[in-house]
Formats: sequence, C-alpha cells, structure tokens
Amino acid sequence: MSLQRFILKRGLITIPLLIGVSIMTFGMIHFIPGDPVDFITQFADLDPDVEDEIRSQYGLDQPVYIQYFNWMSDAIMLDFGNAITTNRTVSAEIADRLPYTLLMGSMAFLVTVITAIPLGIYAAYHRNTRIDQTSRVFALLGIALPNFWLGLILILVFSSYLGLFPVLPPTGEGLLSTDMIFYTILPAVTIGTGATALMMRLMRSSMVEELDKDYVRTARAKGLPEKTVIRKHVVRNSLISVVTVAAIQVAFIISGSVVVEVVFSYPGIGRLLVERVQTRDFPVIQALVLIIGVFVIFANMLADIIYAYLDPRIRY
Amino acid sequence: MSTKSQQSQMNRGRIRIEGFDAEVVEKREPLSSWQPELQSEESKSRMYYAWRRFKRNRLALFGAAVVTVMVLLAVFARPWGELPEWLPVIGGMLLQPFSLAPQDPASQDILLGYQPPTVQHLFSWPPSGLHLFGTDWAGRDLLSRTLYGGRWSLSIGFIAVGVALLIGVPLGSIAGYYGGYVDEFIMRIVDMLYAFPFIVLAIAVITILGRGYWEMVLALVVVGWLSYARIIRGEILSVKQNEYVTAAKALGAKDRTVIIRHIMPNAMAPVIVQATLSVGSVVLTAAALGFLGLGLSPATAEWGVMLNVEQDSMARGNWWAGMFPGIALFLFVMAINLIGDGVRDAFDPQGDKRGSGGLR
Repeated sequence: MSLQRFILKRGLITIPLLIGVSIMTFGMIHFIPGDPVDFITQFADLDPDVEDEIRSQYGLDQPVYIQYFNWMSDAIMLDFGNAITTNRTVSAEIADRLPYTLLMGSMAFLVTVITAIPLGIYAAYHRNTRIDQTSRVFALLGIALPNFWLGLILILVFSSYLGLFPVLPPTGEGLLSTDMIFYTILPAVTIGTGATALMMRLMRSSMVEELDKDYVRTARAKGLPEKTVIRKHVVRNSLISVVTVAAIQVAFIISGSVVVEVVFSYPGIGRLLVERVQTRDFPVIQALVLIIGVFVIFANMLADIIYAYLDPRIRY
Repeated sequence: MSTKSQQSQMNRGRIRIEGFDAEVVEKREPLSSWQPELQSEESKSRMYYAWRRFKRNRLALFGAAVVTVMVLLAVFARPWGELPEWLPVIGGMLLQPFSLAPQDPASQDILLGYQPPTVQHLFSWPPSGLHLFGTDWAGRDLLSRTLYGGRWSLSIGFIAVGVALLIGVPLGSIAGYYGGYVDEFIMRIVDMLYAFPFIVLAIAVITILGRGYWEMVLALVVVGWLSYARIIRGEILSVKQNEYVTAAKALGAKDRTVIIRHIMPNAMAPVIVQATLSVGSVVLTAAALGFLGLGLSPATAEWGVMLNVEQDSMARGNWWAGMFPGIALFLFVMAINLIGDGVRDAFDPQGDKRGSGGLR
C-alpha cells in the first residue's frame, strides 16, 4: 500500500470517530438534570413567555437532532455561541488562552524529548547494570509523583525559598515576552517529569529489543566502530516505536496541563476549563472538551502516519 | 509434587527431570481413554507459580507491605461503625474502637486552649511535639488529617477499580468472543471515550453529575473500564483460536461456560496487571480532582483537597502544610506501581516491559 493510500484509509477511519466524539460532547449537556434555559438565565425568576423566547432564540424548542446539526455546523466554523458567565464569544475566550497552553505544552514536550531519549539510550546501552537500575528507580519515582504536588514543591523551593522564579505569572504582557517564557519553565518541568519517566523507559525497552537483533551483530562483525553502530543503526530503528508514544504523550501533557495550570495560576485552557466547571458555564466546557478530543484524535492519526512513513511494514 | 514419592524408587543415579510428572505418562495405556483434566489443573498451577514468583520479588513485597500499612492506618485512624441501638448487648458499641490519630480531623481544639483565642494561635503551626505534622490554616492537626485522609483516597481507588473491572471485563469479553456488530459497537464507544485524556473525561462526567464521593467514583469508573475492555478483548481474540475452545464448543458447552471456564482463566493475566497498576493512577486522578476543587467538599480531609486548601500557604513558605498529604499519595502510588510491576513479572517472567507504571 502506498503511503497516500494509507493516509487516506487512516483519515477515513477518523471521520466516524470525530462524529462520535462530537455527538458525545453535544449529548453531555442533555444528561445534565434540569432545564437548559435555567443555566442560560442563571436561575433567574422569569416570565414563562420570556423563557420561551430564550428557548427559541437558542433553538432549544427544536428536536434534538436538529439542535445537534445546528450546534455542529456552528462548531465547524468555530462558533460556540456566547459564554454564560462573561458574555464574550466562547471562541474569543479560548483564543485568548490557547497560545499559553500551546507554549507550555510544547515546552513540556521539548523537556521530555531532550531528557528522555538520551537517558533511555544510556540506560539501554548499560542494561542490567547499576545505571539501568538507577534509571528504573527514577522512572518509578517520576511516575508516582503527583504532578500537582511536584508543582507545589517546585514553587516552594524555587520561588519561595530561592526566589529564582516569580510566584505568579506576569500579567498584561504578550505571549512571547521573555518573562512569560521564563515563568513557563517550572510548569513545563513539572509536566515533563512524568512524561520523561514514561518515555525514557519506552526508549530503553525499544532499544534493548533492537540491540538483540541480527543486524547489530552484522554491523559489529564487519568492524564498524561502536559509536556508528549505536548512532546510525540501533538508535534510528528504536526511535521508530517511540514516535507512536509521542501521541500518548500529547494526551498525557494535556491531562497534566489541566492540573498544573491550576497550580501555577497559568492563564491557559486547562485552568479555563476548571474555572468554568465550577461556575457551570456549559458552552465553554463543551467547546473545550470537543477541542481537546479532536486534538488528541488528530495527534493519534499523525503518529500513525509518521510511524507508517518510517516503517513501511506497518502499512500492510 | 508426585515426583517426590517416586524418588526412592528412581534414585539410582538417573537424571531426574523436575516439573515433569512422570506418573501420568507411565500409568497411561496407549490409546486408552485417558482423562487429561488439564483445564483446572493448569489454571490453578499458573496462579500458584505466579504467586511463587511474586513472593521472591522483594520490591513487590515491599510495595505490598506499604499498601497494607497504609490501609491499616486509614482503618484504625478514627473509630467507626457504630452498631445500631436495637441490637442486644452490643448495641451502640463501635465496630472499630481504635483511634491512632491524636485528634478528630475536623477539630479546631487548639485555639480553645489559648485564652483569648486569637488568629495567631489559630493557624499554621510548624511541626512540634504537640502536633507532629503541624497544623493547617484552620488549626486542625495535620497528622490526624493525613491519617484519616487515607480513607477517602484509598477507598475511592479500590472501589472504582473494582466496579470498573465488573463493567469492563464482561463487555470486553462479549466484544471479543462474539465479534461482528457487537464488537464494533462496544469497541467504537471505547475508542471515542479514549479520545479524551483521562482527567478531561472525568471532569466532563463531574460536570454532568456534580460533586461528591459517589459522583467521583462513577466518574473514575467511566474512565477506568475502557482499558480493561480493550485488554481483555485483545486477549480473548487470541485465546479463542485455541483448539480447546473449539473442543468445548463442540461438546455443547454454553457460551457463558466457554467464556468463564475456558477462556477467562487464560486471558485474565494482563487484566490483573492493569487493574493493579490502575489503582495507583485512579487514586492520583481522584486526588487531582480534589485538588482542582472538583472532588469532595473543601472541608474534607482528602489528600487532594488538603493540598488544594493549602496551596497559597505553601507558596508563602509553610512547607509542612502540603508536604505530608503529598508524601502519603506518593508513597501509595509508588507502592502500587511496585506491586503492579511484580505482578507483571510474576505472570510474564520473560517480558521486558518494566516500569511503565500503569499509565497508558
């Protein structure tokens, strides 16, 4: 199968998944006990006529499937209506916050890749020695550390005691101010710790598997220097399966950012989600859940395609 | 082992083969109606060998000890279980009368010891002889709260995993065994729910249900059953290819019997491993929800909630305020991961997939 056909097939599988996710997100609101009008009016005592007017204004008097199609066709155009608590459009609220989360997520991803891959290679090369055992212990620690607690400890040590970082993020400045990037280091490290632990072990086991293969013996037997064997042969092949994990990392980093943004009072979409769940601002919650779901689906698809590109055996 | 009984007859310098039951072969007549009865023997001895390997794994035993101690501490932290008054003799007595925690987790008694009770006396004492872990912002004893807090976190972890198993395993088995439309339907639902990161899905469920103990358990169950369903389906797809399954079906066994008696015992190992590991991640997610203010009420002594209310206090340098609940959480999750790794090694000694720690 050519790569184009594989991408097409993989894309077609994604479509029902996207529709399912959108139905679920839409249906979420309908599982909430109570009248949706009450949530829009914030339980104000209103005339039944006024309530009916609001109902028809929001299309709530129409059958459910029509409501879904209306909501979905707006959502494709990124129009999620107005937020209940602030009366701004939902997309504007999210657009304000999204860049910060993307900044933090990509920094966390960077931290993960920079630390996890070399450490994994190192542990695999020295497998079953003390170095490997140490890396295993650190991986266990990294996974078991609750990220919100790690964040609090980092704030305590680096902001409160050592005074290296500000306690609160800089306000009123653009995304790419150096202050903001500097402030993002701690949250990125917090998320990166768990992600690094996972990726390091995966890199290690993938490379251990490759080291046992025949081509490594061949390469060594024909007298290649060990450096070349590892760099040009083993690492390249073992990176292939780590790529797939990158998609899992995306989901992991999103989950992490929801919690860690709250710890660091970071102005990203994770904190927006938590704030709006507390104030029951459903349009924003719905939009965020949908965006996150779609993002993860596309990340998975991308990982599969990269995998198929790197390892043609996958396409069949 | 029956080889032992034969050792006296066979010890004339012959090579003894361990683990091979010679009796079965010797007594068997060729082309006879030999009853293998391997089914139940096999699964029993598999558990037996797994347990034996687990017992040799010191790290896993250490983890099991930590979990046991933490469970006992939580159970004996404060008295509970008052028996109803109408019972004769034992009416009104406590099922568990011990109290390890020095104070009630909600008590603010310290400030009453000072006259007049002032704000300075009220909150955030560093650890001292009187309060080993210090006191929190409202003057409550942190040692008592940390001990007591285990009840919430640990019970949520075990209950949510148990219920998720009860949902995920049957659904996954049905999907894997019957295939076709049933399989498509169940697995597509699993795929869709999998598109959301764990915590986002749990938050979505809590948005619908509201906050509370059982609401949180339900949210974690909705998140948790997915992985069990996926794993057992995959296992069953491969196990059901075996001849003994065909044989059982040919003998007229009911589908239920085939699944439960013949397929399940050979497909459960990865599910058990995953379930052990996910106790840790469920407890972490529950604490994270508590920390976000979406779990139990802010007055509860749950570890995540305690960290939430002490957040500002930590940033001001009161290190003890959030240290101990965090350490408790960390210890528990760590111990569970050690057990989980031990269980995996016990079931699959050749495998080299160590240290993924229960995270998908």
